[in-house]
Amino acid sequence: MLEACGVETPEGLFAHLPDAVRLQRPLQLAAGISEYEIVDYFRRCGDRNATGYASFLGAGVYAHYRPVLVDTVVSRGEFLTAYTPYQAEISQGTLTSIFEFQTMICQLTGMDAANASMYDGSTALAEAALMAARLTSKGGLLVARTVHPEYRQVLKTYARNQGMPIAEFGYDQATGASDLDDLGRRLNPLTASVIMQSPNFFGVVEDVNGAADLAHHGGALLAMGFTEAVSLGLLEPPAKADIIAGELQSFAISPSYGGPYAGIIATRDKFLRQMPGRLVGETTDTHGRRAFCLTLATREQHIRREKATSNICTNQALIALMATVFMSVYGKQGLRELAVQNLAKAHYLAAKLPLRFSGPFFNEFVVSTNGRSPEELNSALLEKKIIGGLPLGRFYPELSGAMLVCATEMARREQMDALASVF
Amino acid sequence: MSIKKVRPHISPNEDLLFERSSPGKKAYQLPELDVPAVDPRAALGAAHVRSEIEGFPEVSEVEAIRHFTRLSTWNYAIDHGMYPLGSCTMKYNPRVNELVARTEGLAWAHPYQPESLSQGALEIMAHLESALLEITGMDAITLQPAAGAHGELTGILLIHALLEQRGNPRKKILIPDSAHGTNPATAAIAGYVVGNIRSDEHGLIDLAALENSVDEDVAGLMITNPNTLGVFESRIIEAAEVLHRKGALLYMDGANMNALVGIARPGDFGVDVMHLNLHKTFSTPHGGGGPGGGPVAVKKSLEPFLPVPRLKRAGDAWTLDYNLPHSIGKVRAFYGNFGVLVRALAYILAHGGNGLRAATMDAVLNANYIRKALEPWYDLPYALPNMHEVVFSDERQARQGVRTGDIAKRLIDYGFHPYTVSFPLIVRGAMMIEPTETEGKMEIDLFIDALISIAKEIQTKPEIVKNAPHSTRTSRVDEVKAARRPILKWEPQPDPVTP
Repeated sequence: MLEACGVETPEGLFAHLPDAVRLQRPLQLAAGISEYEIVDYFRRCGDRNATGYASFLGAGVYAHYRPVLVDTVVSRGEFLTAYTPYQAEISQGTLTSIFEFQTMICQLTGMDAANASMYDGSTALAEAALMAARLTSKGGLLVARTVHPEYRQVLKTYARNQGMPIAEFGYDQATGASDLDDLGRRLNPLTASVIMQSPNFFGVVEDVNGAADLAHHGGALLAMGFTEAVSLGLLEPPAKADIIAGELQSFAISPSYGGPYAGIIATRDKFLRQMPGRLVGETTDTHGRRAFCLTLATREQHIRREKATSNICTNQALIALMATVFMSVYGKQGLRELAVQNLAKAHYLAAKLPLRFSGPFFNEFVVSTNGRSPEELNSALLEKKIIGGLPLGRFYPELSGAMLVCATEMARREQMDALASVF
Repeated sequence: MSIKKVRPHISPNEDLLFERSSPGKKAYQLPELDVPAVDPRAALGAAHVRSEIEGFPEVSEVEAIRHFTRLSTWNYAIDHGMYPLGSCTMKYNPRVNELVARTEGLAWAHPYQPESLSQGALEIMAHLESALLEITGMDAITLQPAAGAHGELTGILLIHALLEQRGNPRKKILIPDSAHGTNPATAAIAGYVVGNIRSDEHGLIDLAALENSVDEDVAGLMITNPNTLGVFESRIIEAAEVLHRKGALLYMDGANMNALVGIARPGDFGVDVMHLNLHKTFSTPHGGGGPGGGPVAVKKSLEPFLPVPRLKRAGDAWTLDYNLPHSIGKVRAFYGNFGVLVRALAYILAHGGNGLRAATMDAVLNANYIRKALEPWYDLPYALPNMHEVVFSDERQARQGVRTGDIAKRLIDYGFHPYTVSFPLIVRGAMMIEPTETEGKMEIDLFIDALISIAKEIQTKPEIVKNAPHSTRTSRVDEVKAARRPILKWEPQPDPVTP
């Protein structure tokens, strides 16, 4: 091959590079290691993390059982090692599964159209805000303080250079739900979108219809986020919202120290042209047989460049496939039954603890730590091999005496009893 | 015509899951509840409880596994063979990386679990950070961005923050006409106006044009190096000097880093900020379109603005530092696509420094070998030496009425995934080929044979190329129809009316 290329050594292929740009020494990285050593290195890293603990952390990342079929399917090389399905004739597997994904997200959310995935829930919500700004030709964002605090930080980063002013509205100190009176007061003619999350960061189910009426009356759109997708098995979807942006981590996606996860955006047909991200559509091949392909690409960066609806290219396709398999395995009955189990576990645990808020909750809730610090309680729990709730003072100074606790279907009764015993 | 690599075999038909569903079928099991049942309507309020999810699938476990297995057989993949998509770096995805990403202590780590119980995860991130800094020659790095375009956005926000601190964030980002579409889209999302600059007659940055374009309004230049022709921008150091002299910064899109690892470092040739695509250069699988990883590496001047949190050594432990007053904030919840970071580090550990450099050499050798073999058959519009990819034009074939898109579809019949079609935009009818180091001579020779055979077919029977592919279960797909009347979800067909 070297001879065909007219060089004597591989180095000859780089002879045209100026000396000044060439690295004149070897990379200072250890020599390559074997497969066994790699497995051993990561096993030892894993052992230095929490293993063998019961955990009651939620706060946007939930411990749900992952059905075996999920990894079986996504480990198939045909899904794992394929590129983005631009060549439709040899990508019908990926395209068909994305079409099914889009369909299931629409069924779950009650929306008309869903995209093929965003990076995660936080960036999906930020993209929803940008989308609402384009749709309304306004820039103002009015964000509930009950939206996940890290999602709000991401919103700020995205909005800042777009000249989109952000204001926040508060929550009811008794119920933990958003204060819709405060929302009403802060809405103004420049508000492009009201941004909320349900169940909210405190686990409380929000009054979506009330918020939608206010937003629409004020000439704004309502963008609803969610972090706990399993709740959609039981909770009425936010039908009056204009855009839904959520995180699917709960659908058989490992917590994996924060990612990769999969976000989604779903919306009404009339807003479709401003949707960011990839979409798969149904069509036919030259023989008239049903086929699928990527479509409406004139919204996207590779066609429209600086006029695109978003710069997103690579998304979370394989992770979305995990969610698709999860939804197929649980199905209509199973997702509801799973949600009902989550509800039962969380309410069993909540009944033993001093709740900070009175609003209805799904599988997580805020607990008052009654004079002791959440950190102190968590230390006591670690002794029992239990990771307790998330201390809230870091995000809400006024809740420094409270923690956010979550119980999913994986929480066992004796673990919950042990957690409650330190309060 | 001689197709050596493949012959047709049967492939199963499969309905959509919704069409396979029937009431009562299930593929799940849940344990018996060990706590009292709760009435949802009482706990949540009747108005908050939904009715059944209309249309949601109801299939058995066997039906589910067969469904997805059948769909999978309709895909082409790296595991089937060469995937020569230019700019996409479709290299082999080692399976050990998949295994280690599923290590229990890593896969089940919650991002909010105590730092004292996260030292293994933080160690992995720190290890990867230091390896990527050595590879790029940069000073500091964030692993938070989720993909290449997300890294671009992060990088441009960093430039904005630095220039703002210096008194004027400026208005414009310059982008060559050969750039990926994400570059201009990113600049716009970051609040900048895009200034396009033309490439010179060799497809390189035109230094004189750059000199003229950089004024007080220009915040920076986004460049890909090697560029999208696969050609190294040999005057990159001078370009950086032009920018720096006028107070602007140089952003490098690291999509083509597979040509440079171990050979040249962006930090040594004037780059101020760049992203890496872990799903290209560092072998994490594309998964049909993601997930990716887009770390952003910077020079010292930009370090104070990196996203929070950053890894910091505290005594003999790692900690996450949120106390960074100049930070641009967060670009994503938590710390990035950690599972992707694990895979990238596994790849780096397997190769070591010398192995990474050897991979670069093989990638460049493969691309040059293809160029030499195909030059007699296809036009090469830019003749400078290429690195890891080569871009031909369909100019000669177009005279027979056959375009790059047709040749690409015909490659499918020969058992290959097409190259990248019609990109970069500066080449008429571009055919952009990137073999990566993964392919050996046998596979590459088959690929060359296929493209030569297609070139001959175009001379004798162009119709066979224009109507390709012929042997796939799905023939050419009507993309125009899909866009004209979008059908983006399945809906139940009304029952036929029976008389």
